[in-house]
Amino acid sequence: MSDLLQFLASGVTVGAVYALVALGFTIIYNASDVVNFAQGEFVMLGGMISVAGVAAGLPLPLAALIAIVATAAIGVALNTFAIEPARGAPVVSLIIITIGASIFIRGVTQIVLDKGTHRLPSFSGDAPFHVLGATVLPQSLWVVAGAVAIFVALWLFFTRTLTGRAVLATSNNRLAAQLVGINTKFVMTLSFALSAAIGALAGVLITPILPTSFEVGISLALKGFAAAMLGGMGNPKGALAGGLLLGLMEALTAGYISSHYKDAVAFFVILAVLFAFPRGLYGSNPTERV
Amino acid sequence: MRLSSKQSTLLVLAALMIVSPFFFPSNYYYRIGSLVFVNSIAVVGIVILTGYAGQISLGHAGFLGIGGYACALLPIHLGVPPALAAVLGAVLSGIIAYGVGRPILRLKGYYLAVASLGFGVLVAMVLANEGWLTGGPDGVKVPDPGLRAALEWLGIPLANPQLWYAFSGLVLFVGAWLALNLRDSPTGRALRALHGSEVAARTAGVDIARAKLNAFVISAVYASVAGSLLALQNRLITPDVAGFMHSIELVTMAVLGGAGSVLGGIFGAALLTLLPQVLTVLQDYEHVVLGLVMMLVMIFLPAGLIPSARRLLRGRGE
Repeated sequence: MSDLLQFLASGVTVGAVYALVALGFTIIYNASDVVNFAQGEFVMLGGMISVAGVAAGLPLPLAALIAIVATAAIGVALNTFAIEPARGAPVVSLIIITIGASIFIRGVTQIVLDKGTHRLPSFSGDAPFHVLGATVLPQSLWVVAGAVAIFVALWLFFTRTLTGRAVLATSNNRLAAQLVGINTKFVMTLSFALSAAIGALAGVLITPILPTSFEVGISLALKGFAAAMLGGMGNPKGALAGGLLLGLMEALTAGYISSHYKDAVAFFVILAVLFAFPRGLYGSNPTERV
Repeated sequence: MRLSSKQSTLLVLAALMIVSPFFFPSNYYYRIGSLVFVNSIAVVGIVILTGYAGQISLGHAGFLGIGGYACALLPIHLGVPPALAAVLGAVLSGIIAYGVGRPILRLKGYYLAVASLGFGVLVAMVLANEGWLTGGPDGVKVPDPGLRAALEWLGIPLANPQLWYAFSGLVLFVGAWLALNLRDSPTGRALRALHGSEVAARTAGVDIARAKLNAFVISAVYASVAGSLLALQNRLITPDVAGFMHSIELVTMAVLGGAGSVLGGIFGAALLTLLPQVLTVLQDYEHVVLGLVMMLVMIFLPAGLIPSARRLLRGRGE
């Protein structure tokens, strides 16, 4: 019983991070129909820049803030210089552009920062507490609380504010949104900034638990992509469900089956889900226009 | 006499293969050359799948892994001669591609991308984790196929790098020839039709599911042959050949050079194989330059380098 709780606790923690990465994918996908394979690099940048900030003597909250703002700026630059000029390109080209961007960001990070592996200090100490026999790190609560806060904030943003509704309108129908006077270019920029900032925040939250280096982005991007796909591309609720589900399944597989195949779960599940529901669990089924 | 585009492509290819060695200062260059050929073989498969049929695969390195490991594991565990093992590997890859392709080719765009990606990652993971069978992450030694001894017996003594340069080159030439023939065959025309519009192709009587599956199986066999050649000449194979990054490299090679044309694919393979060799001088900047090249070519020359260059030349000629 305590084993199970332990696995569930670590599964939810990792799952919350996957959910945030998947949410980042979803926001960009909705605004631009692009699956951004550089999403994992945002998480990496969030971790690496705040590590550098702390190493330079800044207090952690300030370092984290700088990391998030800087990453959001990089997200905007990615949109302006790589995505916007390639508007309307076929899917393969867009995949290669964003993977190229991800390799580029990794290369620059390795030069500007360093190649080492780093950990941030925990936000509120390392003393674990015990719940029904399971050991929980305080940082895990930060991660989960952070993810919940972001989802609630975004939900409010998308349903209660004019700008948020403009984003939704753009993702529904770009041309129609333009016709009613929505600045769709601004919506794109905003989506990339938002998505990058969320990724960076996820990086700041998880780095005290999972050490970061310039290379961690790619596997996070793949897992986040899998989670987004699991929930149905373009659906924020699906991103949350997909991320948590993936985290839990990974933790249970590592605990009960084999830790070697922990990373296989994501892809196994993806194949299974796509065979049964070709558009993901929450995906809509649009009719094809000829 | 006017040459058809097919003949001129093959002629250019053969000329480059034969003339290049005159400029090789050392045996090391033969090795790089044969590496270019091996990558090109796999990329020609991608050209058929992505360039002709318009389907994406981000997991093709998985078939490279299957072909490569077949050459190591069948001789070790079952005593099959390595040359036969390469053929069996290709057959096995074709069968697996058939089984995997049937369900995943129903998917489109990003969904197909992620499903094929999942397949590739799973193959790489099995190769790395089932140490009892595959030797684990450190890889496994591949037995000598005896090709060099056979040639020596025939009175053609060749050093290893030269031998593999010639042999991989020959396989690539045959592979390119078959791919060019396929392009204008009924099967190839069906593939290009469904690339243009699936609905229109179906209306014209093309069996979409079957045509896609054909392309997937053929490209898997190309990848498998490339994997076998790689394993046989390196005498060692590791799970990295089947990894995600390798799949990405293959697609990038094809798209960079121009996925629609065989020559473009081969050019892309040569470029991306040689670039890291040149960039080792730049060491830390390797990733930055590679990422930049990928983005710039896709943004400014979306059709790929060779088709864009062709269009430029043609425009000037007229």
